[in-house]
Amino acid sequence: MPVDALIAGTPSAPVLVGSECRTCGVVAFPRQSSCAACTSTDVKQRRLARRGTLWTWTIQCFPPKSPPYAGDPRDFEPYGVGYVELPGELRVEARLTEADPARLRIGMPMELVLIPAPGGNGATTYAFRPVEGS
Amino acid sequence: MSVAVVGIGIHPFGRHEGVTGLQMATVAARAALRDAGIGWQDVDFAAGGSDAAGNADTTVSSLGLTGVPFINVRNGCATGGSALATAHAMLAAGAAEIALVVGFDKHPPGAFNPRPEDWGLGSWYGETGLMLTTQFFAMKIQRYMAEHGISESTLAKVAAKAFANGARNPHAWRRRPLSEEEVLGSKMVNHPLTQYMFCSPGEGAVAVVLARGERAQSLARTPVYLRSVTFRTRRFGSFEVFSPSIPITTAPSPTTEAAAAAFEQAGVGPEDVDVAQLQDTESGAEVMHLAETGLCEHGEQESLIQSGTTTLAGRLPVNTDGGCLANGEPIGASGLRQVHEVVLQLRGEAGERQIAGPARVGFTQVYGAPGVSACTVLSR
Repeated sequence: MPVDALIAGTPSAPVLVGSECRTCGVVAFPRQSSCAACTSTDVKQRRLARRGTLWTWTIQCFPPKSPPYAGDPRDFEPYGVGYVELPGELRVEARLTEADPARLRIGMPMELVLIPAPGGNGATTYAFRPVEGS
Repeated sequence: MSVAVVGIGIHPFGRHEGVTGLQMATVAARAALRDAGIGWQDVDFAAGGSDAAGNADTTVSSLGLTGVPFINVRNGCATGGSALATAHAMLAAGAAEIALVVGFDKHPPGAFNPRPEDWGLGSWYGETGLMLTTQFFAMKIQRYMAEHGISESTLAKVAAKAFANGARNPHAWRRRPLSEEEVLGSKMVNHPLTQYMFCSPGEGAVAVVLARGERAQSLARTPVYLRSVTFRTRRFGSFEVFSPSIPITTAPSPTTEAAAAAFEQAGVGPEDVDVAQLQDTESGAEVMHLAETGLCEHGEQESLIQSGTTTLAGRLPVNTDGGCLANGEPIGASGLRQVHEVVLQLRGEAGERQIAGPARVGFTQVYGAPGVSACTVLSR
């Protein structure tokens, strides 16, 4: 599955596409054909909130093995990874635009953006960035 | 019907160029049979496995073609525990008298390199740089430290203890003691975890021989009873590795549920445990598993570890053989290594690393991707 299938909206205001269980209301990402909470198969597509708060984070300090990583280990730069809690929905794992540990803290406001995907070719993927002025 | 561990055997952990995982498994199996004082032809059930080093039942090619029923198990980091649970159930049911359980593995250097497709994930997950177990453990302990007041010094103390214990274990891989300062000063891998706070994928093999009822009494010099062995998979809401998202609702981890069931079946409580081996693929895992297993309260680890309670001389020694940090992580072998170590401690045969206090009840716990846990309670 390409990452494009997970993203909707516009380049300046992207949204992630998940699913919502019609039986129990639980939200999932990426979208699922059944509900992991109640086992129902009655689910619908749902666009997730673009903003949330940083729930936890780390910095990836070494180049991941390729494959599966698409990036070139020779021009590797450390990158941030975190889970962002979207209120009332779920916590999404994503790359962060910030890789300086001193500028990340649990609870800070974050918003969804598109970044160049590792490996180039002009493709994009999703990430969260700190909300400016927060 | 009681089931006892009547024999244990180990192939040293580390790097063994030119030796296959199956050869290590055979060495461990022979050592366990010798320890039990029996031959391979006396075994009437066997189970075992590896994650990446072949089928356990191939060991019959060198042990002998006796026709024994042999089940191959491949269940991630819970491979050893799952094989042990299978053998325990067969003995308890009366379907066998003497069982051999073997776990082994052989991994290349560097971080594990799983394929997203094997875990039900799109290729984008790996291409983007999210398919790393180290990231998960870092993010889980990062959150845990904020919620429960755990310090970086405590993470470093866990690793320093592991290497101190490993230095006293002739089968360990990492046998050089490292100070808390050396651990904190080593290269950052995934904040807040440094290089020496992580174990490395490695090689090794362990086997145990189990016997039921009267056979257990007659075979074992010092019977160590396998009071319970349990394993669980994840529930909706537990925070697990390789999760593109997690729910806001939380649930007990598979470790919490497996540990509670193990104690209930054994008829003892966490407060009765004299020695414990907990999955410590990195320092934070040992900290979190201490509380998930019920051996302490969440947050209590900070004072327990800072005061030395989990060292060889403390009230609750943890990972007395150096754990995964000093032994490395051959996935199929680690769960049985823990059982091997508890049996040595309960027999009083742990040599330089024999715990100072009484050793009557022991506990083991392994955890693996994507949310499996196996626990045992053993006692004299």
